[in-house]
Amino acid sequence: MSGYLAYLVFFLIVALTYSIVVMGLNLQWGYTGLFNAGVVGFFAIGAYGTAILTGPDRPELIGGFALPFPAGVVGGMILAALAALLVGLATLRLREEYLAISTFGIAISIQLIGLNFDALTGGAQGLTGIPRPLFSTFGTPGAYNLFYLCLVGTITAIVFAGLQVALQSPWGRLLKAIREDETAAASLGKNPALVRLQAFVLGSTLMGLAGGLYVGFIGYVSPLDFLPLLTFQIWAMLIVGGSGNNRGAIVGAVGVWALWTMSGFAISRLLPVHYQSQGGAIQVIIIGLLIVLTLLFRPRGLIGEAQSVSRHAR
Amino acid sequence: MLQALADGILTGSIIALGAIGLTLTMGILRFANFAHAELITWGAYMALGALAITGTFAGPISPFSFGLPLVFATLIAVVLTAALALLIDHLVFRPLRSHTSHMTVVFASFGVSLLVRMVILLIFGGSAAYYSNELQIAIRVMPGLRVMPDHVFTLGLTLAIVVALHLFLQKTRLGLSMRALAENPDLVRINGIDTRVVVRWTWVIGAALAAVSGVLYGLTVQLRPEIGFQLLLPLFAAAILGGVGNVFGAVIGGLIVGLAESLSVLFVPAGYKMAVPFFILLAVLYVRPNGIFGALRGGAK
Repeated sequence: MSGYLAYLVFFLIVALTYSIVVMGLNLQWGYTGLFNAGVVGFFAIGAYGTAILTGPDRPELIGGFALPFPAGVVGGMILAALAALLVGLATLRLREEYLAISTFGIAISIQLIGLNFDALTGGAQGLTGIPRPLFSTFGTPGAYNLFYLCLVGTITAIVFAGLQVALQSPWGRLLKAIREDETAAASLGKNPALVRLQAFVLGSTLMGLAGGLYVGFIGYVSPLDFLPLLTFQIWAMLIVGGSGNNRGAIVGAVGVWALWTMSGFAISRLLPVHYQSQGGAIQVIIIGLLIVLTLLFRPRGLIGEAQSVSRHAR
Repeated sequence: MLQALADGILTGSIIALGAIGLTLTMGILRFANFAHAELITWGAYMALGALAITGTFAGPISPFSFGLPLVFATLIAVVLTAALALLIDHLVFRPLRSHTSHMTVVFASFGVSLLVRMVILLIFGGSAAYYSNELQIAIRVMPGLRVMPDHVFTLGLTLAIVVALHLFLQKTRLGLSMRALAENPDLVRINGIDTRVVVRWTWVIGAALAAVSGVLYGLTVQLRPEIGFQLLLPLFAAAILGGVGNVFGAVIGGLIVGLAESLSVLFVPAGYKMAVPFFILLAVLYVRPNGIFGALRGGAK
């Protein structure tokens, strides 16, 4: 396989993994209006959870249960859901901002655990040698990556289809109803706090799923893969793609990740050597401007939310 | 133990100054401004930039590590930080405040915070900086407790600012309008008060306090582009602990958070210090979401 094509496969695996995170965030923000400022935390919980459950046994570590990959991913998702429950129960009855602040806090706490709890997370070195599912079945890394792309692609499609069904169900309509007018929904006997909690936990579980898939692909976890910057990138993907629309979420994930990779490439080529350390800052400023400008001038993103009108009213 | 208490009060007073600005904007403008902590970083670095000009005129005043130059630099930083806050409000927050969901503004502040931090990183670079290279000798107050003169100055200044702000909010017409706007915006408009002016002054005061808090942080710790990012959680914890919109609450909240952070080192490894404000925050939200002194309005729905 030529270099370009191999890189494209690699790029798409990462982009599609992120698109699952973006769909989780879309469920929280796009459909329910919940501001999650700690996306990276839930992604990291899924990743570390999977790594600890599937990793090989090592005497100096608490983890290393050598479970099969699917069990590891499900375990990671459950851990992410529990973390979401902890934050959600504290904040979802209160002012909307409190959820944002708490999610920001949990992401920082997770990062600290990743960096400092050596016996569980391997500390700054991270956990290496995490088995990649079915790796021995494929002869070459190129063939394996192609297989993994199919795997991630299939899971992305399943998540997408599942969310479409859920969002078109009465539950999905209820989410939007609560986002638009909480009092009206409550007056119809619905419980806004409970429904919000469901959407928040489900979205965070999807982020955990993506974290597990990410670990299965790269075969190690390191705290450097879960910097707060990732939260901004995921948000940029959602806002640019158009929140409230899962097709937009996928398009945004691929588009923004392409912009990020290409800008990094361009900066490393064009910037003089002794400015290189500032190159990262320029990349981030591009993302930040993208978010703010999209909000100001194209608040619906590339593909915005489709208007849902009752078929009786049409 | 004694030393940890003294350090905690110092950190707490810096957090308190930042949290006052945050609690005012949260109470009066009604949104959680994630970019507020970046105003602290901005203020600290603007003073560093200004010091390059003012610093050539005079030396430090003993026993402090700084002199009149830093005082003037701080004044310049206050002006520049207020200018940045007004600029952000004008370009981003005001256009969004009118037409979209309230959380969009919160989210935009998230994006703005990233932009400000990266601009600082771009201009000043990522390594730690200091206002002065003078070494300061800690004074032994009693066995087991050493204090730097700069730290005493920081405490005194914080105290003076809190008292001045209290008098301002209680005795002046503008202070009254600010409190009224936090309490009931509609009633304020009916009374013919120009809310735009009040909002503008809220930004100026919040930004000025943030700048001072940034300079004090730079003076007693060091300058790094991540100051704001690391202070954000302590600030929110302090503001919510004290009750949103409550100035004295923010001060007490700041002291509690600072003390808890510094005392936590006695019980858990220092690496987890940054998570302490988060657990305080969670505890407050579970047990007493309106803060210990009660929020002005709109804590629990």
